[in-house]
Amino acid sequence: MSDRGDHQVSEQIAAVKLTAITKRFGSVVAVDNVDLEIADGEFFALLGPSGCGKTTTLRMVAGLEFPTEGSLKIFGDEAGTLPPNKRPVNTVFQDYALFPHMTVEANVAFGLKMQRVAKQEIAGRVQEAISLVRLEGLEQRRSQQLSGGQRQRVALARALVNRPKVLLLDEPLGALDLKLRQEMQGELKALQREVGITFVFVTHDQEEALTMADRIGVMNEGELLQVGTPAEIYEHPVNRFVANFIGQTNLLDASVVSNDTVCLANGVHIPGKSDLPVGTRVAVCLRPERAGMHPPEEVPADQQSVVGRLESVTYLGNALVYTVVLGWARLEVRRENQPGGYRPHVGEEVAVSWTLDAISVVRA
Amino acid sequence: MTMVADRPEWLEEAAVATPEFEKAAERAASRRGFLLSLPAYAYLVLFFAVPLGIVMIYSFATRNRFGGTDLSGWNLDAYRKLGEPIVRDILFRSLWLAILTTLICLVVAYPFAYFIATRTPLVRNLMLVFVMIPFWTNFLVRNYAWRVLLGNDGLFTNISEALGLGERELLFTTSAVVIGLVYGFLPFMVLPLYASIERIDLSLVEASRDLYASGFQTFRRVLLPLSMPGVIAGSILVFVPSLGAYVTPEILGGAKTTLLGSYIVTQFLTARNWPVGASLSFVLMAVMLVATLVYFRTGGRNL
Repeated sequence: MSDRGDHQVSEQIAAVKLTAITKRFGSVVAVDNVDLEIADGEFFALLGPSGCGKTTTLRMVAGLEFPTEGSLKIFGDEAGTLPPNKRPVNTVFQDYALFPHMTVEANVAFGLKMQRVAKQEIAGRVQEAISLVRLEGLEQRRSQQLSGGQRQRVALARALVNRPKVLLLDEPLGALDLKLRQEMQGELKALQREVGITFVFVTHDQEEALTMADRIGVMNEGELLQVGTPAEIYEHPVNRFVANFIGQTNLLDASVVSNDTVCLANGVHIPGKSDLPVGTRVAVCLRPERAGMHPPEEVPADQQSVVGRLESVTYLGNALVYTVVLGWARLEVRRENQPGGYRPHVGEEVAVSWTLDAISVVRA
Repeated sequence: MTMVADRPEWLEEAAVATPEFEKAAERAASRRGFLLSLPAYAYLVLFFAVPLGIVMIYSFATRNRFGGTDLSGWNLDAYRKLGEPIVRDILFRSLWLAILTTLICLVVAYPFAYFIATRTPLVRNLMLVFVMIPFWTNFLVRNYAWRVLLGNDGLFTNISEALGLGERELLFTTSAVVIGLVYGFLPFMVLPLYASIERIDLSLVEASRDLYASGFQTFRRVLLPLSMPGVIAGSILVFVPSLGAYVTPEILGGAKTTLLGSYIVTQFLTARNWPVGASLSFVLMAVMLVATLVYFRTGGRNL
């Protein structure tokens, strides 16, 4: 279900296709030469820290900003210079931007009215959209009388009622509290499956992106660093930034010795696959939950290890996080909280170990 | 108990709340508020309410043969006189000019206020200062300056001649009065409009555009309704002084186009008919009161 690989993208017309898109604000490059294809029916996340250009990219698709350079196609049609009202896309704004002087019903009907859809049809489609987001009974309320979650549903209905070819969502869950956010994550995904429309959403929350998206595009400083399924991005990040941004990780400085060996910063050679040129500075990415921990003399033969001193233990309830200091690095190891097993004490010497498939070598 | 021990003794005593203490504190607060606002109350009563009462009394009085006013015979003669064609014409002309001035101000000020409201804070403040600059010069002086501009050999006549429109005499016409009024009251329209547009979340404009509205539809369906409080406040601030304007029509208008303000002055000073002047003043005030009420009923609540 979540595996919409690249092979599918190239076969059909992309819902959104950016080619060498650049956006400058004065001398600031907000989006730098981005190429991106989003497939029809896909749930796509643009992920990155604030100021990385993800929102600007979304706004360019919406027509709220015009690209400085490059081509932007929506279902094959060049759309980069069209005003927002001439594009088959709709946006769910970050703070929902509901019209405060209109009722829920009037908000939802707005787009259809502007398109001069016949009155009877408007009434039917508005009702349909309102029941799609389960807001029946609130038609006559104004946005000030709604809770955050309800406002978000209105914003969704207001956009979806137009049957856009692409729905754009700018930090759709950002304004909600944690519990509601988790609830809405599942709901948004179910909704997307139900309506079958391409969803493109912007978020700075990696967990949200991993949970909801079919594919993720990670951006930083205007550049699109990596595009892939959540698993691809989590397990094979292309560089240090992506590895760090998606989930918790340990990064050990190293350099490439050959295509299957790297030299750690402490001078030890370990197996590590990469296709980077010899001598390239890299980082070995070891996720805390993929690292093992043993007494130094009991490391299994098939595992690599480094030895350090246990500095602290953080108790999380369902898991324990051990911080191990190596002198040249610091590692976190996460173990499920299960009875028995190895429970070292603070100050003891421990070996942090891993199998070859637990690590990935990324550009520093 | 031990926790309270290191508190000063007096605090421990006074800090125990009682309903009596609460009541006394509330009474003291309201007494303080009344005393502080007393100067303003006294001033308004003495110099506004009392004279207003006097004007009202005079409006029901009778002018005697010698130009004096008899307070003995109360009647509605002065108000009946307002129905006469001359006075009615002046009333309607003044109303029409005030409405015209308000509309022109609205049309000119709205885009300008929107422009200011959408600038960066620094530019915004600079432009607001520019709006205020005319106030630094005396109103009378500015009106006389218009006399020069609109006069026989003034800038406007010269431009109109240069454009081949012929020699247009603007000074001492109704147009000159409207130009002068618009000029004088434009800031009163710009400022409230700016204040209400500035508070509109501009993402609403984006949302409207995203929902297939054209630029004009966005103005009509989103901006205008949301800036209604500013539109109404500005309109009243322009309409009310335009209706009773005296200085501008006197300096820029001709003798043929008497307006309310001038007529009232004439009644008091030249015709020495105080009852008619007073009754007209009162009608004018009633119109303004109605306008203000309309404002509070419609948009004022949201301000």
